[in-house]
Amino acid sequence: MPAPAFRLEGLVKSYGGRRVLDLESLEVDAGSVWAIVGPSGAGKTTLLRLLNGLEKPDAGRIWFFGQELTAANGLPALEVRRRMTMVFQTPVLFTATVAENVAYGLRVRGVDQGSVARRVARALDLVGLAGTERRGARSLSAGEAQRVSLARALVVEPEVLLLDEPTANLDPANAAIIESLLRRASGEMGVTVVLVTHNLFQARRVADHTGFLLDGRLVETGPTREFFERPADPRTRAFIRGEMVF
Amino acid sequence: MTEALRLLVSLDPELWGIVLLSLGVSGTAVLLSALLGVPAGAALALWEVPGAAWVARFTYTLMGLPPILAGLVVFLVLSARGPLGHLQLLFTPTAMVLAQTLLVLPIVTGLTLAGVRSKDRAIRELALSLGATQWQAAWRVVLEARRAIGAALMAGFGRAIAEVGAVMLVGGNVRGHTRVMTTAILLETRQGNFEVAIGLGLVLLAVAFAVNAAFYRWQEGA
Ligand SMILES: Nc1ncnc2c1ncn2[C@@H]1O[C@H](COP(=O)(O)OP(=O)(O)OP(=O)(O)O)[C@@H](O)[C@H]1O
Ligand SMILES: [Mg+2]
Repeated sequence: MPAPAFRLEGLVKSYGGRRVLDLESLEVDAGSVWAIVGPSGAGKTTLLRLLNGLEKPDAGRIWFFGQELTAANGLPALEVRRRMTMVFQTPVLFTATVAENVAYGLRVRGVDQGSVARRVARALDLVGLAGTERRGARSLSAGEAQRVSLARALVVEPEVLLLDEPTANLDPANAAIIESLLRRASGEMGVTVVLVTHNLFQARRVADHTGFLLDGRLVETGPTREFFERPADPRTRAFIRGEMVF
Repeated sequence: MTEALRLLVSLDPELWGIVLLSLGVSGTAVLLSALLGVPAGAALALWEVPGAAWVARFTYTLMGLPPILAGLVVFLVLSARGPLGHLQLLFTPTAMVLAQTLLVLPIVTGLTLAGVRSKDRAIRELALSLGATQWQAAWRVVLEARRAIGAALMAGFGRAIAEVGAVMLVGGNVRGHTRVMTTAILLETRQGNFEVAIGLGLVLLAVAFAVNAAFYRWQEGA
């Protein structure tokens, strides 16, 4: 069996003495699409930041394709970091053109000029923003900004894609484009996707595994179908039905 | 006033010498401050070295350093019995540049620090997540703060071109050698030549305005 994309054990993260994440264990198989759902403040973003190596756990360990992610002091090694990328919950764009934004990950990897332009154009086309290269990133609408940040992540062809509410600002048609993009990335290129979403329908459509995060703990995980049709935990059931569980 | 305008229009070489020296001294001070202060401010903002907070506080305090004090420090260092007295730099344009650099450096450092810090976290994390090295990410943060850094340089230039205490003390207002616009205004006022003093004041304003306008034009394009 190939090593899972992520394996976590006893992961704990606290802010100001408050435990915001406390996960016993989790395995994300390479090439799978995981959705993480849960109410606001549950720790979803914190989990993604830990997986991306931007945050260090207070306890516990993370293995990335069998290699310990958190061993070194500080950031994971560059070669390790370059195998994954994250799309942040609030899209952050560089004060530059759309093209320069999308090209950034290629530039820092030293990709040659000619293929940069080609790959940028293709990535923008994928998110429905063909021909916007020369626009200033500041002039974009929230949904356009979100799609640019997605194109910027896709263009480097990462093995693992961490997405924090990637369609929160999008209309259903554009959200559908992004969803099919994610399914294709996973199906055709074997990209592992961890998707945080508030949209339960989206989790059902896109993910093959779903986990429910509540107060920093994974209440339930499982194949998406089972998760939604036969949730084992009463709290999951209540959350799926849209009832308060806090 | 008519007198100063007449001198200007007639391209009076002494007046133009004064204007050029002002620009040269203050411009060089800003350049030196940029070379030292921009990296220093960025480093203070980006790296959590122990003591950085104190250095930052000290820098912010120095942003309000009275020009006469900056002049005094340089004067003492360069005076005959000072540590650098043997260089015989007192009452030269070089001494004036040093004194103004002492005034401008904290401003450039402090404002760069504040500008970079406001961009720091989100931009750096984004760059790192996209595969940047630590250096590439730091450089991106500095690039994002370029407008703030430009404004810092302009603020520094404004302070330098307008101050009189430091250049007076270490330059001595020697005619044709260390006389700049502000010290010339001081002298003319003392001698009761108010027309010339006001005219020079207007020239000073016009020069500051022209430099600012050129800068903002450049920044709009950048
Ligand atoms: N840097 C931080 N300092 C202090 N507390 C933090 C920090 N980051 C997150 N928290 C807290 O940790 C908890 C989990 O935050 P997190 O951002 O992971 O939630 P989330 O599940 O992503 O919520 P949302 O759906 O609203 O984005 C929250 O209570 C939040 O206030
Ligand atoms: Mg969040």
